[in-house]
Amino acid sequence: MHGYDPAFEKAVAEFLGIYYLGLAALNAGAAYWLWQKLHKVRDAVVWLAVALGFVVLAAVSMGGAPWGLPHGLRELLNTIFTGNRGAVIFTLGSFALLVILFRFRRFFVRPRVAWTILNLSLLYLGLSMTSRPFWEIVAKPDNVPIVALAFLLGFFTWLATYKAVQNDERIKQGLPPLEKEDSEKVLVWPDLVYTELICMLALTAVLLFWAIFIKAPLEQPANRADTPNPSKAPWYFLGLQEMLVYYDPWMAGVVLPTFIILGLMAIPYIDFNKKGNGYYTIEERKFAYSMFQIGFLQLWVVLIILGTFLRGPNWNFFGPYEPWDAHKVLVLNNVNLSEYFWIDLMGMSVPEGILAREWLGIVLLIAYLFLLPPILAATIFRQFFIKMGFIRYMIMIQLLLWMLLLPIKMVLRWTINLKYIIAIPEWFFNF
Amino acid sequence: MGLGQTIRNSQLWKSIFRHPAPLDRRNRIVVMLTNFFLHLHPVSIKKQGIALSYTWCMGGVTFFLFLVETVTGVLLMFYYRPTTEWAYRDIQNLADVTSLGIMRELHRWGAHAMVITVWLHMYRVFLTGSYKPPREFNWVVGVILLVLTLLLSFTGYLLPWDQLAIWAITVGSNMARATPLLGHEGPGQQLLTLGGVDLITNMSDARYVLLGAREVANETLNRFYVLHCIAIPLAVATLLAIHFWRVRKDGGISGPL
Repeated sequence: MHGYDPAFEKAVAEFLGIYYLGLAALNAGAAYWLWQKLHKVRDAVVWLAVALGFVVLAAVSMGGAPWGLPHGLRELLNTIFTGNRGAVIFTLGSFALLVILFRFRRFFVRPRVAWTILNLSLLYLGLSMTSRPFWEIVAKPDNVPIVALAFLLGFFTWLATYKAVQNDERIKQGLPPLEKEDSEKVLVWPDLVYTELICMLALTAVLLFWAIFIKAPLEQPANRADTPNPSKAPWYFLGLQEMLVYYDPWMAGVVLPTFIILGLMAIPYIDFNKKGNGYYTIEERKFAYSMFQIGFLQLWVVLIILGTFLRGPNWNFFGPYEPWDAHKVLVLNNVNLSEYFWIDLMGMSVPEGILAREWLGIVLLIAYLFLLPPILAATIFRQFFIKMGFIRYMIMIQLLLWMLLLPIKMVLRWTINLKYIIAIPEWFFNF
Repeated sequence: MGLGQTIRNSQLWKSIFRHPAPLDRRNRIVVMLTNFFLHLHPVSIKKQGIALSYTWCMGGVTFFLFLVETVTGVLLMFYYRPTTEWAYRDIQNLADVTSLGIMRELHRWGAHAMVITVWLHMYRVFLTGSYKPPREFNWVVGVILLVLTLLLSFTGYLLPWDQLAIWAITVGSNMARATPLLGHEGPGQQLLTLGGVDLITNMSDARYVLLGAREVANETLNRFYVLHCIAIPLAVATLLAIHFWRVRKDGGISGPL
């Protein structure tokens, strides 16, 4: 696709030179801190060596020929993550990763481990930048905040989990959470107002640097006759746009967002657990914690990252190093549940009447939304039902079931190419 | 008597700052009670409540970004005319001609940052269980503020009137067409008829109300401009006041009981 382009090579080399120097400074700073403050000389030496490694990478990049991922590895990643299969592997893979991180959180929160992962992911990002398709998407000015979001979320999730693991350990030993230790009172002037002042100054500096070095994009003047491909919503709504793959706009664009907002508002009223108020903990509120993380990290943030970086023309899925080819055609033969039932199972033609045609989907949906809650209340959610009471439980279970409709539809699409569970285009009601 | 002392003893200075500088314990307490801007804060606070590792400072950062957006936004309003004839050219001139055109960069990156920090603030409040009683209602106010932040960003997205702007808004607002009952391609819209006439058409549905036209056009630009510069900021400012006031009234920043 792309031949040798000196302007691109130069831009990447310059960027990577500064980028690797920044990473070197980061590790040197960590080494200094370990050596001076924590007196861990051996660790300090290790991170100093890593810093030197980044200096070498910076020098190579500034020399004009930055190292990239081996061609074979790129091709392999492109082959794994491409087409319809890529979306499945990316979505399931990120979920598996979150489950592993959660399950072995005691290991992953160790500063040494977390710092290694941070370094590796930053190194991977740098090595990938030499690929032009990757660079064009990741370094696009409006996408920079999303890269920042991914790393900020990684950092803050680590920080919160680190503190939660510590607190959970203390609670097991009968000690109060760490936050309790610092309940001594201090005056807001100067302790808080100075912190605020420093935060404001630092943030102003960050914004100014950002504004100086990255120009705000301005594309061609608006033109109704020229639809860009892909046409994307603003980045924070890309999770919703990704839902459009699985649901019609009335669900993905209206009903599910409404449920997200109402569901968020309902959290304090359905979470009856009095523990875990005002300190980081996971063990004391495992259910609330994992449901929130599935909703926020997996069904919101992961879908935004997928929608931003890996969805190209025609909303097709593209591998990380794959050029966005608008002519790429992905064949999708999605089949409605009613067609499966009448044609494949019964060997008949699909009946004319709407109810006769779609009865199975309607029955399944009604059973899912109205039969499942009492069954769950009598079985796995028995304790919840008793503690929450009827109304609270019903609201909680409905929100949960509506949230799970998305992954359920995803899996049905991936496994049996299911298009609609209920297809009533006559009423604009495709579900 | 030095110059500083003379100034601090002048009638003018004393009429503004009614108490001595906050250098000793007594005046550090007094300053929090007598200064309009500082009185949002309590006088004293638990040490853990201001630890950055606990609060991440994300609520404060979001508020600061709101102020940055307000100031840079007002400056941008001096140059920008929200009509399809001028909007694009005015934005172009910000980059090419206008001194302090960097306000556009600050405004745009500040807006992206604000969306991120408001999410991180919600994340922290959830992870510390700070929405639990007695702070349930303030969480609800916070969710509304989060939605308004997204709407602020969404309405601002259209204003440069370039390809990115109109197509992002087109994609984003297409969904309204499918609103149940109220969208002309939404389930159940057939139910709203009066004497056999459809009430919900592409000239009267939810999308039309949002855009002021059947497609993203001049009317949309005007509508989004008013929402972006006046309606939503006023709503945000009001809710922010309630949000901050409730933090104090609900027992200050959260912490273990």
